Amino acid sequence: MADHDLVIVGGTVVDANGSRRADVGITDGVITAVGEGLTGGRTLEADGCVVGPGLVDLHAHLREPGQEEAETVETGARAAARGGFTAVVAMPNTTPAIDSAGIVREVQALGRDALCAVHPAAALTVGRKGEQLTPMAELAELGVRLFTDDGNGVQDDGLMRRAMEYATGLPQDVVLAQHCEVEDLMAGGHMHEGAWSSRLGIPGIPAAAEEVMVARDLALARLTGARVHFQHMSTAGSVELIRQAKAAGARATAEVAPHHLTLTDAEVGSFDPVFKVNPPLREQSDVDAVRAGLRDGTLDAVGTDHAPHTQEDKEKPFDSAPPGMLGLEYALAIVLTEVGLSIEQALAVLSWQPAAIARLSDEHGGPITEGRPANLCVIDPTVEWTVDPADTASRSRNNPYAGRPLTGRVRHTVYRGEPVVIDTEAQR
Amino acid sequence: MDREDIHRALRRMAHEIIERNEGRLSEVVVIGLQTGGAPMAEALVAALEEIDESAAPIDRGTIDVALYRDDIGLRPVMPEEVTAIPVDLTERIVVLVDDVLFTGRTIRAALDALTDFGRPRSVQLAVIVDRGHRELPIRPDYVGKNLPTRRDEVVDVSIDGVELGEMVK
Amino acid sequence: MKHLLSIEDLGADGIDEILQLTDTFVEVSARPIARVPALRGKTVAFCFYEDSTRTRVSFETAAKRLSADTVNFSIAASSVNKGESVRDTVETICAMGVDGLVVRHQSSGVPWQITRWVDATVINAGDGWHEHPTQALLDAYTIRQELGSVEGRHIAIVGDVKHSRVARSNVAAFTALGAQVTLVAPPTLLPHRMDDWPVEVSHDLDGVLPKVDVVYLLRMQKERMTESLVPTLREYTAGYGLTRRRVDLLADDAVVMHPGPMNRGVEIAAEVADLPRAVVTNQVRNGVAVRMAVLYLLLGSGVDLKPEVVGG
Repeated sequence: MADHDLVIVGGTVVDANGSRRADVGITDGVITAVGEGLTGGRTLEADGCVVGPGLVDLHAHLREPGQEEAETVETGARAAARGGFTAVVAMPNTTPAIDSAGIVREVQALGRDALCAVHPAAALTVGRKGEQLTPMAELAELGVRLFTDDGNGVQDDGLMRRAMEYATGLPQDVVLAQHCEVEDLMAGGHMHEGAWSSRLGIPGIPAAAEEVMVARDLALARLTGARVHFQHMSTAGSVELIRQAKAAGARATAEVAPHHLTLTDAEVGSFDPVFKVNPPLREQSDVDAVRAGLRDGTLDAVGTDHAPHTQEDKEKPFDSAPPGMLGLEYALAIVLTEVGLSIEQALAVLSWQPAAIARLSDEHGGPITEGRPANLCVIDPTVEWTVDPADTASRSRNNPYAGRPLTGRVRHTVYRGEPVVIDTEAQR
Repeated sequence: MDREDIHRALRRMAHEIIERNEGRLSEVVVIGLQTGGAPMAEALVAALEEIDESAAPIDRGTIDVALYRDDIGLRPVMPEEVTAIPVDLTERIVVLVDDVLFTGRTIRAALDALTDFGRPRSVQLAVIVDRGHRELPIRPDYVGKNLPTRRDEVVDVSIDGVELGEMVK
Repeated sequence: MKHLLSIEDLGADGIDEILQLTDTFVEVSARPIARVPALRGKTVAFCFYEDSTRTRVSFETAAKRLSADTVNFSIAASSVNKGESVRDTVETICAMGVDGLVVRHQSSGVPWQITRWVDATVINAGDGWHEHPTQALLDAYTIRQELGSVEGRHIAIVGDVKHSRVARSNVAAFTALGAQVTLVAPPTLLPHRMDDWPVEVSHDLDGVLPKVDVVYLLRMQKERMTESLVPTLREYTAGYGLTRRRVDLLADDAVVMHPGPMNRGVEIAAEVADLPRAVVTNQVRNGVAVRMAVLYLLLGSGVDLKPEVVGG
């Protein structure tokens, strides 16, 4: 029996086909064996752990080019790897926006040596201004599969329809992702419009600002046949709209962020801008609804919406501070601890389902079998740990989970056969 | 000292005040320090008006000197009553009244406070009990009783009498 | 309790304690020489990001009457400091040796953020739409002065409650003291969700006026028109302004209050503002005494009103 470069021993392999006790052997970036008693040049201990396909994040802000004080592709990918991700879709609201071939290539180049795969998404409109479509065919040629103006939703209904129609004509199977927020309804709001915004005297963003755009895009997707993905769903109304649309056969998919699965608008009572995010933290009934939506399959994936910001930015007055919070290193633990998903369900929404949405299933999220690329994570499902904001690979510290006790954590991450994270430590 | 003693002392002090301020009783303003001196001042005014009916009514007032104390910042200090001085004190003879004279710091604060109400012609001090242990150059003009005490003793004076106690540690 | 950030923190006992202490400072303020040495050696800095001569002068007068030194940072006026972060500005100010920092800012929550960065006592002089605690205290004091007590009174707060920190603090203070509060405003000027507010809501000012002891009018800002919150100011006045006709609906003893500055002709008719039952000047006068009580309590007295409230 040939020796493998790397063996993962003692764990339980879990993928979309089920779970079994097995070691995994890896050579030259590829899984070369799945079985008992494997040996190899290097060993990763996985006793009591689950060995699953690497996680895939549909939604991370890596801030490069242009906002490197908060994060770079390198540091963001490192944080992703620590969180068990072997692939990350990088959001295009950089400076300049990822709306042209040059910037796409730049981000792809930055990602080449990163600790996980970095797949830039491209903006739907030039400069994310919502006026003119980006050259979607050219960008899809370069490998872009997800288009979004994330940070903002596309406000012009006519333009959104055209974008969907055009996308259906591309040879590549691309997905249009939407940050659903109707700006006219946001009315200068900075938190969820509810009992807390009334009490705190902070202008509120009604749930309707999200739901109106969800309804619009569902109708336009029906009209055009386009594949639409809804980003960071946060309200009970949005979940219900998607549930009904799917029941009627819609091709839509949807994601939810870890913070919307855990935190409510009550957190804003501290006036700490770490808790400011778009869409905002909602009320408990919304948190309950998105959890139920994740459990029953209405929501297909957890996307971190990892949004790093400098300390200075997050110390501004609440209404001036930029929205967003960290998430890459906590998503899996949040899903296991707070939502109570089983490890199989957690891997489904963090690994193979998002991989499918991003059209990355060839490389990521796939079954752990011989011949597949070795993109894996090893999870200790029972370890108890407390979130320490200083223990992060991110350049930023806007962490809403500081001090939170969690159960379950990624122990090792293997990317293209290389163990990039061992015992929660990034290896380079 | 019991109730009778207090009453006798007040009358004697009233006579002394009248004698010292002969012919000028109408210029006298009796001001009691809150909170212990206020009832004493009332009793003193009653005694004065009884002895010399022609001088009645004698101007009177009360003053809370908390905000002038020198130990603000060293221990909790809060005013207990609102100061009430209904006349301009300029050129008046102020008779300050307190129940116990101890370190003299309260009287020092009272003298400071009084200057915010005008410039008295003179200020005289009447105390029911002088227990010694002065820390400032303050001396009383009229004393009910000299009562040497230990520093750690507590002296409680009211119309009903004087009581000595141990300080609660 | 080291700071005064909100009425919620104070509670009924805390409010009572401050109002009682205010009596002392009303007397001090009435003296020929209105000054006591109580805060001698202390420094109070004013950090006003929003223009407000009235509140700032009221606080400054209060501090000076307590013999404190005052330092003024009107950031609204100074262009030099505009680019500086709030944190840098307050840390610089406090490094100069400041005991108390009085803060006003257009964003809710800034005073809370500041308490995390500096050691000084922080007093909220108005944050966004959120709270204006000393205004509520002086309003409560004025009601006690005019009517004997706040408890058991029926108080109508009329106008743009949604955008009003005065309204939020007043609702907290008046209800804590046992008054009944009715908010009167068009739906667009009321907060979105008030299910847990201990108030009643009405859109019928005429119906409410005969029942109340106090009509508290909020300032109606012209900007609300451009936001389509009211169609025209004229329509607002017709529905919610205290006109001469409406004043006659009030009980004989009822008083009219306003936090100032008044928009004569909008929320209050010019002639109504000059009636004896409009006690706005009393409010202003009491404002200095109330602020003296607050400053003394927090910076001099050594008394902790609410030891269970950590920090804020």
